Amino acid sequence: MSATDTADHPEPTRRDFIYIATGAVGTVGAALTAWPLIDQMNPDAAALALSTTEVDVSSLEPGMSVTVKWRGRPVFIRNRTEKEIAEAKATPLSDLKDRAARNANVSEHATAEDVNRAAGDRENWLIMVGVCTHLGCVPLGQQGAYGGWFCPCHGSVYDTAGRIRQGPAPENLAVPKYEFISDSVIRIG
Amino acid sequence: MEHTAYQPKGRFARWLESRLPIIGFAHRSFVVYPTPRNLNYWWTFGAILTFMLAAQIATGVVLAMHYIPEASMAFASVEHIMRDVNYGWLLRYLHANGASMFFFAMYIHMFRSLYYGSHKEPREVLWILGVIILLLMIMTAFMGYVLPWGQMSFWAATVITSLFTAIPIVGDAITTWLWGGFAVDSPTLTRFYSLHYLLPFMIAGVVILHIWALHVVGQNNPLGIGVKSKEDTVRFTPHATIKDLFGLSVFLILYAWLTFFLPNYLGHPDNYIPANPLQTPAHIVPEWYLLPFYAILRAIPNKLTGVIALFASIAVLVFVPWLDTSRVRSATFRPIYRQFFWIFVLVTIGLGYLGSQPPEGGYLIAARLLTTYYFLHFLIILPVVGLIERPKPLPTSITEAVLAKSGAAAEAGA
Repeated sequence: MSATDTADHPEPTRRDFIYIATGAVGTVGAALTAWPLIDQMNPDAAALALSTTEVDVSSLEPGMSVTVKWRGRPVFIRNRTEKEIAEAKATPLSDLKDRAARNANVSEHATAEDVNRAAGDRENWLIMVGVCTHLGCVPLGQQGAYGGWFCPCHGSVYDTAGRIRQGPAPENLAVPKYEFISDSVIRIG
Repeated sequence: MEHTAYQPKGRFARWLESRLPIIGFAHRSFVVYPTPRNLNYWWTFGAILTFMLAAQIATGVVLAMHYIPEASMAFASVEHIMRDVNYGWLLRYLHANGASMFFFAMYIHMFRSLYYGSHKEPREVLWILGVIILLLMIMTAFMGYVLPWGQMSFWAATVITSLFTAIPIVGDAITTWLWGGFAVDSPTLTRFYSLHYLLPFMIAGVVILHIWALHVVGQNNPLGIGVKSKEDTVRFTPHATIKDLFGLSVFLILYAWLTFFLPNYLGHPDNYIPANPLQTPAHIVPEWYLLPFYAILRAIPNKLTGVIALFASIAVLVFVPWLDTSRVRSATFRPIYRQFFWIFVLVTIGLGYLGSQPPEGGYLIAARLLTTYYFLHFLIILPVVGLIERPKPLPTSITEAVLAKSGAAAEAGA
């Protein structure tokens, strides 16, 4: 085969195939090698192991709250007053910025009525991740125009069911997966 | 336009030059390099910035010998540096205030470019490399601010990494990946430390490209007209070298005054409270040099749009060489642009002030107006002014303009 022979062939040659195959194998190999370098930054086994927390809430009277640490973040547990419950229930869905329940214990499609935010028949209990859905600050309790939570960083206001009412936060405060393992002990996670 | 080339003297110099011509290269770049004869003191900030990068790396490397990047020990190790390590207080105050001085010089350097049109053809790549350096500096400064692991450190890390949760679909996964957990915690601190150590060397790499690009196209000058003859230039050494050293000396007086007399003036008292993941301080603000960007973020009531505006406020700088449609570089000859330039300077300072205030009432309205103006300046004012403005006549050469000025001064003096 002479040099002019290959030059005259417009269709891919054996050599073109080898170049492309080598390049493809090299690219895939480089990507596979890069993955451990990237994935090492994801939560490690030790961080994943800290996935549940148990809290005794027997000492919380109505109107009292406790903040516990779960997966490095604060979780608000509040025993709501009659007034707070009534206000949360009286709010129509149309007044809400985010109408999704954001509750890991009910259906993903549930709407943000108070019943889908609080702890089922234990409607006085409200359990939420205390992390503002805007940029992650911890809101202050029983403050702001709705008597719920107020985030000091960028001014987001949540109501007594932890639903976003004003400010830049896009979502209601998240309700984590939890369970009353007795009348006074809650397991979060 | 060469001002006498390097002639190696002696056997060793000749031996080295024929193997690695590094002395000749340095001689060409920093000794006989032709520099416009009319540069003013605004041109000394390049050298000042190079010095600040070196100073930050030097103080940073020695601080790293004493600092412990682990959540339960980081805060205590910084106090250990302040109280126990020999000269630890000095090194840490130099490093922390050095970051402020670095940004101060950087912003002057950038405003100088915008005023004299140094971003314009043929210096577009030079300008873009500068914007990349700014971006790397912001990342480095942010991660450095997290390391003392005080309340401001922790909540700055939380708020800024949470910006990524605004990205649709993959935002939460990216944020968890950045954190190495479900919140900012020890893994986050340790990786920020690793990257805080790495990024300055990447900045140094881009600085080398920046200086390379500068030496390809040559320096701009206050008249904004090209160098036409050897008479338009002087040798870099001693002229520019000594001028740079004098500018640097004055700058160092300010740096030393800040370090020795007001070391915590630009910091926040809350950062002397150890990080507490369960409580956010009542009023969190970034360091002064990031306040304008923070004001833009908060001006917008929608999370995703706010984050996009924040990144766009830096990204828009990349396009300035093409948004500025004027064929004349220097604002000295651009009567309309010159006014808009100073309005823009005031707007950025105003945004900085608003970034330090709570985002409510009149502050919020003002921040929205100034944010709008910030983008209008780049997207509307720059292109339109370049097209409608009638520039003043340009001098035919640098030499002519310089001699005319000194002639006039001599007459006035006589």
